[in-house]
Amino acid sequence: MSEDASKPFEPKIVAFFCNWCTYTAADLAGISRMQYAPNVRAIRLMCSGRVDPQFVLAALSEGADGVLIGGCHPGDCHYQEGNHNARRRFELLRLMLRDMGIEDERLRLEWISASEGDKVQKVCNEMTEQIRALGPLRLATVPRWSADGDHDRAAELVKQVTS
Amino acid sequence: MLEPEGGLTSQPISTNGGPRIGVYVCHCGLNIAGKVDIQAVVEFASTLPNVAVARDYKFMCSDPGQELIERDLRDGLVNRVVVASCSPLMHEATFRKATAKGGTSPFYFQMASIREHVSWVTVDNDDATAKAKALVAGAVRRVALHEYLEPRQASVRPDVMIVGGGIAGIHAALTMADAGKHVYLVERESTIGGHMAKFDKTFPTLDCAACILTPKMSAVRAHPNITLWTYADVVSVEGFTGDFTVRVRHRPRYVREDLCTGCLACIDACVHKQAKIPAEFDEGLGKRKPIYIPFPQATPPVVVVDPEACIWFKTGKCPRPCIEACERDAFDFEQTETFEEVKVGAIILATGFKTFDAAKMPEYGYGVYPNVYTSLEVERLLNAAGPTSGEVVLRGGGKPKVVGIIHCVGSRDAKHNLWCSKVCCMYSLKLAHMVKERTGAEVYNFYIDMRTPGKGYEEFYDKILKEGVHMVRGRVAGVTDEAASLEEEGRLVIRAEDTLIGSVRRIPVDMVILAVGVEPQPDAQDVRRLFNISCGGEGFFTERHPKLAPVSTFTDGVFLAGACQGPKDIPETVAQAGAAAAEVLAMVDRGAVVLEASTAFIDDAACSGCKTCVGLCPFGAIGFDDERKKASVNEVVCKGCGICVGACPSGAAQQHLFTDAEIFSEIEGVLEYV
Repeated sequence: MSEDASKPFEPKIVAFFCNWCTYTAADLAGISRMQYAPNVRAIRLMCSGRVDPQFVLAALSEGADGVLIGGCHPGDCHYQEGNHNARRRFELLRLMLRDMGIEDERLRLEWISASEGDKVQKVCNEMTEQIRALGPLRLATVPRWSADGDHDRAAELVKQVTS
Repeated sequence: MLEPEGGLTSQPISTNGGPRIGVYVCHCGLNIAGKVDIQAVVEFASTLPNVAVARDYKFMCSDPGQELIERDLRDGLVNRVVVASCSPLMHEATFRKATAKGGTSPFYFQMASIREHVSWVTVDNDDATAKAKALVAGAVRRVALHEYLEPRQASVRPDVMIVGGGIAGIHAALTMADAGKHVYLVERESTIGGHMAKFDKTFPTLDCAACILTPKMSAVRAHPNITLWTYADVVSVEGFTGDFTVRVRHRPRYVREDLCTGCLACIDACVHKQAKIPAEFDEGLGKRKPIYIPFPQATPPVVVVDPEACIWFKTGKCPRPCIEACERDAFDFEQTETFEEVKVGAIILATGFKTFDAAKMPEYGYGVYPNVYTSLEVERLLNAAGPTSGEVVLRGGGKPKVVGIIHCVGSRDAKHNLWCSKVCCMYSLKLAHMVKERTGAEVYNFYIDMRTPGKGYEEFYDKILKEGVHMVRGRVAGVTDEAASLEEEGRLVIRAEDTLIGSVRRIPVDMVILAVGVEPQPDAQDVRRLFNISCGGEGFFTERHPKLAPVSTFTDGVFLAGACQGPKDIPETVAQAGAAAAEVLAMVDRGAVVLEASTAFIDDAACSGCKTCVGLCPFGAIGFDDERKKASVNEVVCKGCGICVGACPSGAAQQHLFTDAEIFSEIEGVLEYV
């Protein structure tokens, strides 16, 4: 995770797109040759309801500066109500991230239907701009806890945070 | 044999049993290679963990491209496959098949979309290459964890349902019934026939619509393999491809369909001596009684009672001479809605279109000036079985001497519908010909562009020109009854720009025909939800692939035919209906369908019995063993959304191909390297 100081900050955004609406919309953006910021890296899930809050936390701790979740519009879920579940989890997760001092703009939930390629373009551009303005999240520099890993560094971190 | 371009085998092949991943980067001609540095991606991929081989090829989806994968698998060089190319929605099935042909599970495969998600949407080449590398790394990291899965199959029920009894539904029903399949044809109107039944003639051959349609309608009714349900609609759909349970509502006609012979004696006997109610089938130009039949060849030939207008239903006081007139004792005023469930293997949606509401363009005066008509109204006027027996008689009486036809009403218009409705140019030419033939009137066509692609269509245009129909190229500004000269007095005036002579013209006419465009049905969104398919932004149903799967949808087992998918003329609609029937026949005759592999499962040992998943499953696929306090997934019912998996607090619920571990690895992959 080297950062080249000479280069301006480019955010990394991980996106979780549902297979039926938002991923298809991203395909449509491609087919329509709509150019947008290259910062968003999409991971395809079958439904936004599959997004475990841990995925978001994992992405942020692995070096993502923001996470975008894309699902079908309410009432349009291919699985009836997965997007409602996604929304509930999103609201709770956002409260938690706020408590951790992570800005609201770094986690975004959007309903993007299969016909809204232009919305993929708009949301990706907007979010990239917003996070570029916020600067890097820098969670990635925090040593990760692991069973066989570096207990001392973790302890040091706890000390830093609590002091 | 083929010599792959730039094969890189820098990594030593890992020990037996471990993942040995082959990464295949597609150029897609210049679609990807024009933006992404393919060599850089291949070199990068070869350094990723567990990658045994990284190659590139011009078109991975071509036979030689697929053979690369098959050969590497068969040679034991690799045991997992990553293809970096187009979207998985495009070619995942292709490459899974290639992987299976290589002798392993088709699910030892992952795709990285570096075309739709990278090369086509990124401005800068370096940015595109970096993003492509990140997506490849995500795919490589996750595929290493893929488990061995066998494709699951389910049997297909032989019966088929068709929703919509226009020409699309009729043609598809007859095709499949002739092939020996049982078809349930559901139509919400009281007769089949759809829009085509309203037309007098069809372009460009000018053969009579009824002459070619009504024999097919009768054939539907007579066919032993077709169950025809009119005045009925679908209220719920459950199940999955190959095994749908469809619930159909039968609305009451207050006449028993099995007894009514269509003698129409009851209509004559009705206490309403005059027909006073605007007839829907005649676009309100003709009148009907509370008991009626939409048109003489209605199929089934069964009368309908309109409870909104029938005196018996309104007051409870009517001697009901209709009952007496009926020799078959077919009346049943106690009829109520009934529901019926059928099980079918596949469904074809042929729900058609509606025409643009001309009142939305007040500048054309529809609904204000009586002599402004929609094209569909004129179809009824021209129809020999229509309200005027085929005479073009104006609302105020008399025949028109000059007629103006305005094209593109509601179509190609940023204020209304952006799309071209495709059929209006041709039907406007047809109407021009017929109106001229019947009345001898001067006919002006006001058009933006004349669009006549199709067999015999341009020739038809040429014929109409030679008949002396006037063509004015330009959008019409408005229709008014304000006269600016003596000649215009008492007439309608069409004001239009004539772009060919470069001036604004005022043309006084007696009749204006608005060539209204084609729109999705008003309830297309409800139907879409009912059948779990999608609509485009304009509201027409979305096909699985615009070129290669034009009659399939993203929901397996549900197919499309006709104008519900987009504007179409009759030949195209019939061709599409035949295609949909063929797709269904292929599926039904195969007898089995491959099911989605990404079902959920519960790790019994980890399940704490909290039941979170049980309540969340939208399909009731999760059962609970009260004794053992463990949940379990019925994999036949599970649709593979993963909602339960995302919610399980103990990580016991998992999803094939989308396990937590696989997704965590993909997250690491897309972030860690680039």
